[in-house]
Amino acid sequence: MENENGTRRRKQFVENDICIEFDAVSENEGLARVVIAAFISRADPTLDELEDVKTAVSEAVTNAIIHGYREQGGRVVMRAHLTEENELSVEIIDRGVGIADVAQAMQPLYTSAAENERSGMGFSFMEAFMDRLEVESSIGEGTVVHMWKSFGAEEELMPILQAAVWNSSGRV
Amino acid sequence: MEMKMEEYAIIDDYLCIKMPGEVDHHGAATIRECADQLILDDKVKNIVFDFENTTFMDSSGLGIIIGRYRKISCFGGKVYAINASERIGRLLRASGMSSIIEILT
Repeated sequence: MENENGTRRRKQFVENDICIEFDAVSENEGLARVVIAAFISRADPTLDELEDVKTAVSEAVTNAIIHGYREQGGRVVMRAHLTEENELSVEIIDRGVGIADVAQAMQPLYTSAAENERSGMGFSFMEAFMDRLEVESSIGEGTVVHMWKSFGAEEELMPILQAAVWNSSGRV
Repeated sequence: MEMKMEEYAIIDDYLCIKMPGEVDHHGAATIRECADQLILDDKVKNIVFDFENTTFMDSSGLGIIIGRYRKISCFGGKVYAINASERIGRLLRASGMSSIIEILT
């Protein structure tokens, strides 16, 4: 598409919003990935951006199931919003046990489920693959994981993951 | 427990595990149970994770690798990752897995 003076008009993205609620069972980790992938497909993400968002959503949903509901079941809500400027905002919400110390939970390699072989890298992955991450939680009430990503940014994401992991004690 | 025999093979003292297309928390339990049962076999000393079919992996995959590494490293075993796609390979390296496993291309 060209403007009068010959410059190319930027593709206009359409604002969009969805909200889905599903059972907190591991089968739905893949479902959430498929849903978010379909939702952002209109934003023209690169393959890496697509995989990054799918991974971040997978981590947040898994946390809701394993930690929020301690694998006892419940409901998980995923809300996603795309602006006209092509910025994605995703919220993963559970009404589970909540996180006592969010800062501690977000430390790389910290896990409260070591017996379940959780690597403790869920939040590190979310931080590496999304532009911004905010976690709000109340004991006994639940947790909201809010993530944002703008598509078309030139950032190199893998070094962020590397830095997040290596800035910790580095123990495995 | 769904264990498809063609996904696990013991060759010499290597346990070779063909990882599924999507490696997440949902699939992790099955892989863990099957692998751990086969690791009990006296012959098994090392583990090879074959990522040829894997197009997606989140941190649950790292948990599987770290868990199996802990189990066999005390007996001097080694863990390898083979046939990883460009992205999966990058993920393994960026998350520090190369300090405990050998990633073969």
